[in-house]
Amino acid sequence: MKTLADLKKIREKAQEEMKLRGGNVRIKIVVGMGTSGIAMGAREVMKTFLEEIANRNLTDVLVTQTGEKGLSSMEPVVDLIEEGKPKVTYGNMTPDKVKKVVVEHIVNGRTVSDYVVATGN
Amino acid sequence: MSLKRIDLLICCGSGCVSAGSLKIKERFHEVLQEKNLANEINIIETGCMGPCDYGPVMVIYPEGTFYKKVSPDDVEEIVNEHFIKGRPVARLMLQDDEENTFNTQREVPFYQKQVKVALANCGYIDPESMDEYIATGGYEALGTVLTTMTPQDTIDVIKKSGLRGRGGGGFPTHIKWQMVHDNKSDEKYVICNGDEGDPGAFMDRSLLEGDPHRILEGMMIAAYAIGASNGFFYIRAEYPLAIKRIKLAIEQAKEAGLMGKNVFGSNFCFDAEVRTGAGAFVCGEEMALIHSIEGSRGNPTPKPPYPAVQGLWGKPTIVNNVETIGNIPTIFLKGADWFASMGTETSKGTKVFALTGDIKNTGLVEVPMGITLRELIFDVGGGMTGGHKFKAVQLGGPSGGCLTVEHLDVAVDYETLKERGAMMGSGGVIVMNDKNCMVNIAKFFMDFCVDESCGKCSPCRIGLKQMLDILERITSGKGKEGDVEELQRLGEAVSKLSLCGLGQSAPNPVLSTIRYFREEYEAHIRDKSCATKVCLDLMHFDIDKDRCIGCSLCARKCPVTCITGSREDKYTIHQLDCVKCGNCQDVCPVKAVSRIPGMHPEVTAKREAEAKIANHHDD
Amino acid sequence: MYKEICKKYAPTKDNLIQILHEIQDSHPQHYISPDAVDTVAEYLNVPANHIYGVLTFYTMYSTSPRGKNIIRLCESPPCYIKGSENILRKLKVILGVETGGTSKDGLFTLELCACLGVCGNAPVMMINEDVYGDLTEEKVEEIIDKIRGMK
Repeated sequence: MKTLADLKKIREKAQEEMKLRGGNVRIKIVVGMGTSGIAMGAREVMKTFLEEIANRNLTDVLVTQTGEKGLSSMEPVVDLIEEGKPKVTYGNMTPDKVKKVVVEHIVNGRTVSDYVVATGN
Repeated sequence: MSLKRIDLLICCGSGCVSAGSLKIKERFHEVLQEKNLANEINIIETGCMGPCDYGPVMVIYPEGTFYKKVSPDDVEEIVNEHFIKGRPVARLMLQDDEENTFNTQREVPFYQKQVKVALANCGYIDPESMDEYIATGGYEALGTVLTTMTPQDTIDVIKKSGLRGRGGGGFPTHIKWQMVHDNKSDEKYVICNGDEGDPGAFMDRSLLEGDPHRILEGMMIAAYAIGASNGFFYIRAEYPLAIKRIKLAIEQAKEAGLMGKNVFGSNFCFDAEVRTGAGAFVCGEEMALIHSIEGSRGNPTPKPPYPAVQGLWGKPTIVNNVETIGNIPTIFLKGADWFASMGTETSKGTKVFALTGDIKNTGLVEVPMGITLRELIFDVGGGMTGGHKFKAVQLGGPSGGCLTVEHLDVAVDYETLKERGAMMGSGGVIVMNDKNCMVNIAKFFMDFCVDESCGKCSPCRIGLKQMLDILERITSGKGKEGDVEELQRLGEAVSKLSLCGLGQSAPNPVLSTIRYFREEYEAHIRDKSCATKVCLDLMHFDIDKDRCIGCSLCARKCPVTCITGSREDKYTIHQLDCVKCGNCQDVCPVKAVSRIPGMHPEVTAKREAEAKIANHHDD
Repeated sequence: MYKEICKKYAPTKDNLIQILHEIQDSHPQHYISPDAVDTVAEYLNVPANHIYGVLTFYTMYSTSPRGKNIIRLCESPPCYIKGSENILRKLKVILGVETGGTSKDGLFTLELCACLGVCGNAPVMMINEDVYGDLTEEKVEEIIDKIRGMK
């Protein structure tokens, strides 16, 4: 390391590794991981999100989980929360649907209305 | 890029480690492995998060969930409920007396009045990862200083910030730097004083353990400003983890080219070494410390010459405390004006305090200078434990003084505390409730100073011992009229005549307790009574016959068989034989045994008779 | 063996304290023998009396043999306020020693020390390099039993 520019490079990479601890998050994906969600495949859904995001190198997206949301019939349920926009809830998710949501919603900013079960709070 | 979705930050400061946090970390590794989650969850060991009383503590990101007093048995539940199902475990969260639950670290009242500068990364980053330090802006200040500023510019920034020594004296940092900078010696040294020995202070340990690169960076900026190319970390041997972490930080910095030759392409070359103490409180004094690094007994020597003129191996040297150095990188990153905007007229910035004693939230806090004691103790510290009343607070450890209820609204800064007989010291805040005897506490601090006196100068070596003898006399019921005045006279003499800070400040706890609690001293001497029932010679145990059910438990548990009686007559303590062990009180099923302040009349009579005989023999 | 330890350090006086630490830590009885002092004196070219001066100044060094594990109980005020006296009494009973003494089985030496800087978890003790906090009489018994079991 010889210059401030070198340092900046290391810093940016390291910040990326630490993004879970706050900072630059554009979209938060919240997977419902209650018992019924898990029974319906929520873990696979979450894993797919993590993989897709890693593959596409999306640095400003966060995946986290929450408990039962009460929408048992539509599990696995996923919320996408974006600053300044109403929350979008997708239901009956599968790994394939996840891939589509990542491309359409997260990358291109278009809600996949076929999978939406609710919007707003 | 990783698949991680959770950062689990486990506090591995010494406090939490002593409460078992390493076992919890291992358990997490096991459980995550079992459940095949290891690649989704980052386990990070951090430095001290502050609220040691609640240890082991942890924070789980991205939500920032704060768990306290976690045990290895809780780990499986955290993984199953929180990590898999996303349901944080409410019973491990912090609750206040009104049963409000605090979900996240941000909500916890303990953190709310705090402003973290030196401690900014403690408990937030992995102290063994240089990259995480860099992610928070680490080494940016050093790079900027080396590439855009002259040494004099650097000193001017510190001058403008108003930074003063955080180790006790409160000496303006820039003056030390300027003196060494102006000295045209071929060889100069910078020493980081990590010989934190004040009972009740542990901020330096936490900083060294929790954010070692910050201290290293601060030291390098100081070295550049004064023109030194060698530095020493003097760390007490009682802090093995701090020693290990600083050594690792030095290695990492060298490997990355942040230390060594021509740092950031400048002419600045720097190397640093770690030296450890071996258990001598006086080595926190800068001359004593220098002698210790040189491989000698840590005796202080008269000043002047100051270390800035003749320090390590006779060369100009600055000795800066760990916390002082910890502020430096941030001052350069955020600006001297930003730093000086916090605090009071004469005391700028923030100060780290270690809260201990009878207070709810013991631990490490960083607050702006000028905060009142009330805010510090009751808002940040959460108030007293067990519903007890606040009695006094000892600020500045054995060098400081105690303050009372009437001082709660005093602003905490260097000058205000000094005027009132206490001192900032290194920032130890020992809070005491109404069950503490102030004479006994003063004796305790004196005992510490007598033990730690290096013995070189006679006021400290002999004067303190005399003061301790008088205090022991008072607390054992043998105090005489005039003892208080004698303590004051000796205290003032020792303060004025001692060679170094240890002796000069050692009488403070006694003098300040006399100033604010003189009536307690007098009750000990005249009435032979300790109102708090702490001094065993000045209290006695008694059995309430109306309550006693004659079960004989106390008599059977008495180690000196001084309790006799029967079911009918109830039980009595023979005061002359009682050793005040307290067993009878502990075992009594009906709470008939109580502690009564004051020497029992029988004991008083016996002592007087003995004194007469002794006097007779003297004649 | 003392010679080997010395050789890890440059033969300058300022390394004395570090060398003594390492010698003491490597000795099964945690002390610095007269032999060791002579070796170090020769290596650093300083008089033995200087080394004795240093040894006796710093409380962590011992010139007499000690137990396999050194227990250092903090006797500073924050620990005292939180009941370190009861812990000391308990330790004396279960080890059967007075302060400064070594248990009959040679496993433990009980010492008092100044602040260990873990006051947030007072009362505190250190056994070798491990710190144990929030001590209670029961906890102390558990810790000692565990170490005894490991012998």
